[in-house]
Amino acid sequence: MIPAPFDYAAPGSLEEAFSLLEQHGDEAKILAGGHSLIPMMKLRFASPEFLIDINNIPGLSHIKEEDGYLKIGALTREAELETSEVIRAKYPIFLDATKLIADPQVRNMGTVGGNIAHGDAANDHPAVMMALRAEVVISSAEGQRTVPIDEFFYGFYMTAVQPNEILTEIRIPVPGPRTGNAYHKLERKVGDYATAGVAVQLSLDENGVCTYAGIGLTNVNPVPMRAARSEEALVGHKLDAERIELAGQYASEDCNPSSDLRGDEDYKRAVVKALTKRMINKAIERATS
Amino acid sequence: MKNDSKERSPEKKKQGVSRRAFLRGAGMTTAGTVALASGMLSFKAAEPAPPKTAVLGPGETEVRFVVNGQQRTLWIEPRTTLADALREHLHLTGTKVVCDRGSCSACTVWLDGKPVNSCMTLAVDVEGGEVTTVEGLAKNGELHPVQEAFIEHDASMCGYCTPGMVMSCAGLLERNPNPTLDDVKLATSGNLCRCGTYPKVFDATLAAAKKMKK
Ligand SMILES: Cc1cc2nc3c(=O)[nH]c(=O)nc-3n(C[C@H](O)[C@H](O)[C@H](O)COP(=O)(O)OP(=O)(O)OC[C@H]3O[C@@H](n4cnc5c(N)ncnc54)[C@H](O)[C@@H]3O)c2cc1C
Ligand code: FES
Ligand code: FES
Repeated sequence: MIPAPFDYAAPGSLEEAFSLLEQHGDEAKILAGGHSLIPMMKLRFASPEFLIDINNIPGLSHIKEEDGYLKIGALTREAELETSEVIRAKYPIFLDATKLIADPQVRNMGTVGGNIAHGDAANDHPAVMMALRAEVVISSAEGQRTVPIDEFFYGFYMTAVQPNEILTEIRIPVPGPRTGNAYHKLERKVGDYATAGVAVQLSLDENGVCTYAGIGLTNVNPVPMRAARSEEALVGHKLDAERIELAGQYASEDCNPSSDLRGDEDYKRAVVKALTKRMINKAIERATS
Repeated sequence: MKNDSKERSPEKKKQGVSRRAFLRGAGMTTAGTVALASGMLSFKAAEPAPPKTAVLGPGETEVRFVVNGQQRTLWIEPRTTLADALREHLHLTGTKVVCDRGSCSACTVWLDGKPVNSCMTLAVDVEGGEVTTVEGLAKNGELHPVQEAFIEHDASMCGYCTPGMVMSCAGLLERNPNPTLDDVKLATSGNLCRCGTYPKVFDATLAAAKKMKK
């Protein structure tokens, strides 16, 4: 399997990349880790005439807390999340997710920005970013804009990133005290995409009343999905078994899974319910420990 | 090992802008920018600078990187994967291509010391980098301890997954000289072996770790 021919450039700055994008418009594709794009090019699902490799652009790879946000540069590799001190200390949800994303070889190349920019509801970061209510920083020659994650995914492989733009950073509001988060997906084998996956972040007040709930679902809807009714079922309440059951029930009712080789629709709804309840419990445990 | 038909002298100059890219580029303007949605944070009213970046391809272009400690220069199309560059152009056929889409890790090599799938990496993207293949593990005619242990533990059957498996295991020992069984399982979690050599691979790797500490 050999991709169709293309021109290639590896600019050394964002400005140069923008001017290449201006010139080549939607004939061009950004190359980050290549682990979603190259298979698509080999299968000829994508045949870009021009590849703009952003790997030589400095300043796109970082994980840091700043101005009330956890900032993750678009070129940050999955493997870098696994070893980051700040992630290990405060954002265990990323450790949950990265160890379930593909395999170590893929994680050495695949980038967080590419995982989101690919616009695939089967990828794991989108649901995590929904649970954390991330903002996506998108840059072009004209400047920079931020898009809330809920407005980022337009459709299958379609996102808010326009042909003249580059996703440069993901920003996550630093969570307050008594916050916990967790992610899990059901996979058939290592490296498989999710049968279904659930990301949860919760904050509790001193009395154990839920003040924040973020719940994102992987691969059970055409686009990455927020389980809004489940979130509403939790906020303002003490999270007893009944509440958690209700949130799980709502998530399983509101998602739109399709029957495929990974399971039929009913099975996937049942998985969503089970995982939602489990991840809520895990998030509570982390929030209170 | 140094010479072959596809590898040319390093003196040959890099193609600047290909004719096709030039023609297309000249026909385009900077107009047509997509109207930006709300949420603009900052505005930088600068005209985009003309690209200084060399445009390579779609024909053959010069790419240089280090393979097993030797500087190599290749003439390849940008669409050539690292796996094909190694196998077809440098005739380093120890690296196997099985699935050719990132799912089996048979094609694992080290890129700047990290195990990656060479079937999923463009060789042009490796420009200036350092690649180690299974051929590069032996030093001065002596096999790497992981290779020796694979032989001692009979950790190979059909052998098709073995070079990738060895690169994953030897890569683990580079990062972590004291691996647990779970560490070995994690390091090889992407390496598919249809023959089921896993238990022997795990034993071999743990034995090699012990031996390397002596
Ligand atoms: C065998 C295998 C198994 C996998 N399993 C999983 C899994 O279980 N879960 C999971 O989440 N992912 C999985 N992946 C996907 C992997 O994580 C990808 O690496 C990731 O989805 C894309 O990141 P990338 O950096 O490789 O992007 P690329 O492939 O380089 O790009 C993907 C798309 O995003 C665009 N793009 C990339 N970066 C930017 C940017 N900064 N700005 C604008 N556009 C950009 C590209 O133009 C392209 O359209 C798997 C991949 C493989 C090969
Ligand atoms: S051949 Fe590269 S991962 Fe299978
Ligand atoms: S030895 Fe045959 S595939 Fe592993």
